[in-house]
Amino acid sequence: MRRNVLPGLSLSLGVTLFYVGLIVVLPLAALIFKAASLGPSDYWAIISSPRAVASYRVTVLSALGATAFNLVFGLALAWVLTRYKFPGWRIVDAIVDLPFALPTAVAGISLTALFATNGWFGSILSDLGIRVAYTPLGIMVAMCFTSLPFIVRTVQPVLEDLDPALEEAAQSLGGSDWTIFRKVILPLLAPALLAGLSLSFARSLGEFGAIIFIAGNQPMSTEITALLVFIRLEEYDYQAAAAIASVLLITAFLMLAITNILQSRALRYTMKG
Amino acid sequence: MSAVQSSRRKPPRVGDNPIFRRLMIGIVLILGALLVLAPLIVIGFEAFSEGWRVYASTLADPDTRHAIFLTVVTALIAVPINTIFGVAAAWAITKFDFPGRRLLLVVIEIPFSISPIVAGVAYLFVYGLQGFFGPLFEAYDIKVLFALPGIVLASMFVTAPFVARELIPLMQAQGRDLEEAATSLGASGWRTFFSVTLPNIKWALLYGVVLCNARVMGEFGAVSVVSGNIRGQTNTLPLHIELLYHDYQAAGAFASASILAVIAVITIIAKVALERQGAGRVRRPALSTPAIPAAEPKP
Repeated sequence: MRRNVLPGLSLSLGVTLFYVGLIVVLPLAALIFKAASLGPSDYWAIISSPRAVASYRVTVLSALGATAFNLVFGLALAWVLTRYKFPGWRIVDAIVDLPFALPTAVAGISLTALFATNGWFGSILSDLGIRVAYTPLGIMVAMCFTSLPFIVRTVQPVLEDLDPALEEAAQSLGGSDWTIFRKVILPLLAPALLAGLSLSFARSLGEFGAIIFIAGNQPMSTEITALLVFIRLEEYDYQAAAAIASVLLITAFLMLAITNILQSRALRYTMKG
Repeated sequence: MSAVQSSRRKPPRVGDNPIFRRLMIGIVLILGALLVLAPLIVIGFEAFSEGWRVYASTLADPDTRHAIFLTVVTALIAVPINTIFGVAAAWAITKFDFPGRRLLLVVIEIPFSISPIVAGVAYLFVYGLQGFFGPLFEAYDIKVLFALPGIVLASMFVTAPFVARELIPLMQAQGRDLEEAATSLGASGWRTFFSVTLPNIKWALLYGVVLCNARVMGEFGAVSVVSGNIRGQTNTLPLHIELLYHDYQAAGAFASASILAVIAVITIIAKVALERQGAGRVRRPALSTPAIPAAEPKP
């Protein structure tokens, strides 16, 4: 084994561990400690209360809907940006990142302004009998907006690196475009798509700022889990806040594990080529 | 002749049918305009919906000014500290082999997948009165929560991975050869870092700083838990927007939002410019996979 001659290990590692410990690990440990100090029966009573369960349902269902929409739209967007060159594609490519750059509170009030019944889109949709703002549909719209870039940005590089020879081979064997897309291209994109999906879904589960303005926030119907945590805090019910927050935290850890597994598979897949 | 040859060399790829192509571009552009661009444009319309005077008076309001001031101060503290951390983490992780590197990588990425509300609540249980250090800090009359330190700490939590995750894949790919050569020629550690490493990572570093700054200035959920929303004291710009909005001052809320929207647009322009310098383009290795062996420098 080669001896490492570079200096600075103790300083850089010390700074890193101190920062990570103080900023990331300590608060999360405190939250878990607080939730654990409740005792199993109290903990279960809080996290399985009807209002909490209703909040999980609306959060998960809206996140699933938003992720499904982003799967199709994000893939189409990535496809158009890599396969077709049209005037202004660079601008479109840059604007894809807007949901990451625009603060969530700003996105929340502007989506509400657009989709309220007197807004640009809301007035047209309400004539069709569709209400978006202050309904679960509004939650979905906000989640779609904030998590759109994930799928585009994970699929785009894989699509760029796709070997044209694979398509040519399939074409020379007489495959139609649709067949080639389904049987050759989609399987190659699948690991990146899955990684993007899980990132997008995880983001939607935790989103707060963009949603609370457009959601209506009615308990049992349009109240997301993150908001329920916030409401419990405002009621000084710290134990309930800790318990419900710990559910979000555990879900986030699960999603992180899934994403890491999917990403490492995606990487193995693309590095081979 | 040459046209025939080049067309023979490039057969149409999947989806190159002109009708399909135009249809796809059309659908994507329309949906993109409706979902992504419209929210940006409506901010401008709503901000000026009650005229220039309301816009100007919102921005001149002392509470708005204080919110802008607080947001800038938070960024001025949180971003440099975060940058130092990001550089230190990248140096430790990419220049040395030590047990637990992979775990450290995963822990650094954690804030990225955690709801900002959970982050805020977690800080309450450290520095709040019912938390670990709350009573101790109270005894010495140090205010962390509902004051600037809490806002800065929460902002540092949500942005902890931003600089490190730009630097780590790049420095991993660049390897250790140059630094080892500089050190063996007698350069000190700092000299090696400033004259060998830094020139190679400056664009990626700046890229991380720009993204980190945008997130700090726009953070809402985590800060709203720890700030206490005291008007004119602990309201950052995003919190001020919420306050005005729920106060039925929609035009004022959108006027304040327009400042953050302009910062977002500047961020995106800076991002594109930095990507042209090569930042943000290194393929991100999944953080939990074994580190890629140091690549040979490109000739």
